[in-house]
Amino acid sequence: MLKYNDKVLMIVFAILVLTGPVILAPFGAGYPDLLQRFAIFGILAVGYNILFGLTGYLSFGHAAFLGVGSYSTVWMFKLLTMNIIPGMILAIIMSGLFALLIGFITLRRSGIYFSILTLAFAQMSYSLAYSVLTPITNGETGLQIRLADARILDPKNESGSLPSTNLFGFEMNDTWRTTFMGMDLQFNVGFYVCAVILIAAFYVSIRIFRSPFGLMLRAVKTNQNRLMYTGINTKPYTLAAFVISGMYAGLAGALLASMDPLAGAERMQWTESGSIVLMVILGGAGTLLGPVLGAGVIKYFEAIFSRINDNVLHGWFDFLPGFLETFMVWIIHPFVGKGWSLTLGAVFMIIVIFLPGGLMEGANRINKRFGKQKRGSADNAKAPAE
Amino acid sequence: MGILEVQNVNKHFGGLHALNNVNLDVIEGSVHAIIGPNGAGKSTFLNCLIGKLAPDTGSVMFQGKPVLGKKPHEINQLGISRVFQTPEIFSDLTVFENVMIPCFAHRDGSFMMNAWKKVKCETDIREQAEQMLLDVNMQDKLHMEAASLSRGDKRRLEMAMCLSQNPKLLLLDEPTAGMARADTNATIDLLKHIGETRGITKVIIEHDMHVVFSLADTISVLAQGAIIAEGLPDDIKGHPKVREAYLGEAEV
Repeated sequence: MLKYNDKVLMIVFAILVLTGPVILAPFGAGYPDLLQRFAIFGILAVGYNILFGLTGYLSFGHAAFLGVGSYSTVWMFKLLTMNIIPGMILAIIMSGLFALLIGFITLRRSGIYFSILTLAFAQMSYSLAYSVLTPITNGETGLQIRLADARILDPKNESGSLPSTNLFGFEMNDTWRTTFMGMDLQFNVGFYVCAVILIAAFYVSIRIFRSPFGLMLRAVKTNQNRLMYTGINTKPYTLAAFVISGMYAGLAGALLASMDPLAGAERMQWTESGSIVLMVILGGAGTLLGPVLGAGVIKYFEAIFSRINDNVLHGWFDFLPGFLETFMVWIIHPFVGKGWSLTLGAVFMIIVIFLPGGLMEGANRINKRFGKQKRGSADNAKAPAE
Repeated sequence: MGILEVQNVNKHFGGLHALNNVNLDVIEGSVHAIIGPNGAGKSTFLNCLIGKLAPDTGSVMFQGKPVLGKKPHEINQLGISRVFQTPEIFSDLTVFENVMIPCFAHRDGSFMMNAWKKVKCETDIREQAEQMLLDVNMQDKLHMEAASLSRGDKRRLEMAMCLSQNPKLLLLDEPTAGMARADTNATIDLLKHIGETRGITKVIIEHDMHVVFSLADTISVLAQGAIIAEGLPDDIKGHPKVREAYLGEAEV
C-alpha cells in the first residue's frame, strides 16, 4: 500500500471538498442539493469505515442511527431553535447512546451473526418509528416542523411562513450564484456547513487510523484470537468503534434534517443500511479516502442517471439514422432513469470482481504502474552512461 | 513452591476422558517439557491453562492465584503467554506492528481508549519493539507484511510477540514443528538465551526429542490423558513406562 503523507492528504482533501461546487459543475453535479448529499453521505461513509474498514464487523443497521439523528434534530427544531447546533449535539448524543445499547447486544457475536443481529435491530427500529412510536416520529407522515411549534429560544415568528434552518443567522438554503466560463456556479451555505464538518470528520478518522486504538481495531480484523491471548479485551474496542461510527451516522442524520427539516421512517430502512455498505466497499474499505469516493459515486449515479430519460437519450443519438437511434435508445433505456440502480449494480459487480479493494485499489494500481514506468525510464536513462 | 500448580484436572469430550487427574508443578525459572504420543491430551492441557477450554474439575493456580474461570485476556495479563502450534499472528499487519501490539498490551492493560495519540509518537513502545525484533534477528524484516514471512519466521515472530510482553510463564506448543534442522537449532538457542537473560519459566510441548533433551530441566510424560512419569531428562530416557507408551507393548 502507498504510504501517504497525512498532512498533504488532509490539505488536498480539504481543498477538493471546499472547491466542490466549481469542480463538480462541469459534471452536472454542482447544484446544492446534490453537493450537500455528497458531503453528508461522505461523513456517514467515513464513520462506517471506522467500524467496517478497521474491525471488519459488517453492520447492516447503520441507517437506524441516521434516523435517530434526524428525529433528534427535528425535535430540537420544534422545541428549541432553528439553529442547527443544538440539533447536531442531541443527534450525536442520542445516536451514541443508541449505538451503545445495540452494540452491547450485537457484539456478542461476530461474522454473519453480527450482521444479522444489526439488521434485525435496524428493522425493529424502523417498524417502531413507523408504528408504535408515532407520538415521537409522527409515523408514516414523517416528523415535520410546524408554525405552531414552541421554539422557545427563537424570537416569535410572525411572517406566517415556516422558518428555515440556520447557523447563527446564516440560512442553510442561502445560495450565492455566479456564472464562470459559461458554467452556473452555486455556492450554498448548507453545503459549506456540511463540507467543513466532513473535513473535521475526515481528520478525526485519520487520527483514529493512526492511533494505538486504530492499530488494535485492525488487529481485531486480522486475528481476534491472537489479540485475546495477547491480553487485550477485544469487546470494549469493538464496542467503542461501533459507538463512534454510530455517532458519525447520527451526525449525518442531523445534517440531512438540517438541510431539509424533515425526518421519515424510510430513512431507517435496511436498503439505506445496504447502500452505506455499498459506498464503503465500492470506494475501498479500510482506506481513508475510499469511503468518501464511494459515497460520491453512488450519490452521483442516483442523482444523474435517474434523471436521464428517453428524450435525453434521443438527443444524444440524434446524429444517427432513425432506426439506429431507436435501437441505441432501446438498449440504453433500461440502464437509466428508473433503472439507474441496474447501472450501479453492474458497476459495483465489475469493481468488486476486478478491484476487490474498491476504487482506491484501482487508484493505487494506476499509481504503481506510473511509478514503475518512471523508475523504468530512469533506469534506462542511467544505462547508457554506465 | 511452583509458579504454576495444577491439581487433579479432568476434562471429558463426550465419552473421551481427555485429561485424567493431571497434576503438575512447574518450578519458577525452570523449563518443563511435556511429551507424549499423539492424542495424549497435551494441547488440551495447554488450552485449559490459557482459558480456551474449561476443565470439568480440578484447580490451576498461577503464583497462588486461581486461573480457571478467568477470560483468556485476563489470564494473559497475569503473565501467561502462549506460542501456538500453528503460528497465530496478525497476518495483515507489518512485522513491526505485530510486535508493538503486545507491547501496548503490556503497558496499557487490556483496554485503553488511546484514539488521539499517534502510534508514530509512542517512542518507548517503538524502541521496545525494535529491540525485541533485534533479539530474534528479524530487524531487517520490520516493514514486511507478516503474511509474507516464511513459516520459520512466522514462528519466530510469534515468539517475539509473546516475549515482548515480558511474561512470567511462557507456554510453547511444539515451537519447532515443521522446521528445518538449522531453524530448530536457532530456536533452541533463542529459547536458551531467553532463559538465561530474562529468567522466564517455560512449559514446552514437543515431539522432537533433540529439542526436549537440550532444553528441559524436568519432563512429564502424558499418555491417554494421564501423567505416567515425571522426572529429570536422564530418568525419563530409560523409563519403561515411557518406552511402552511410545513404542507400544513391544516387550510383551
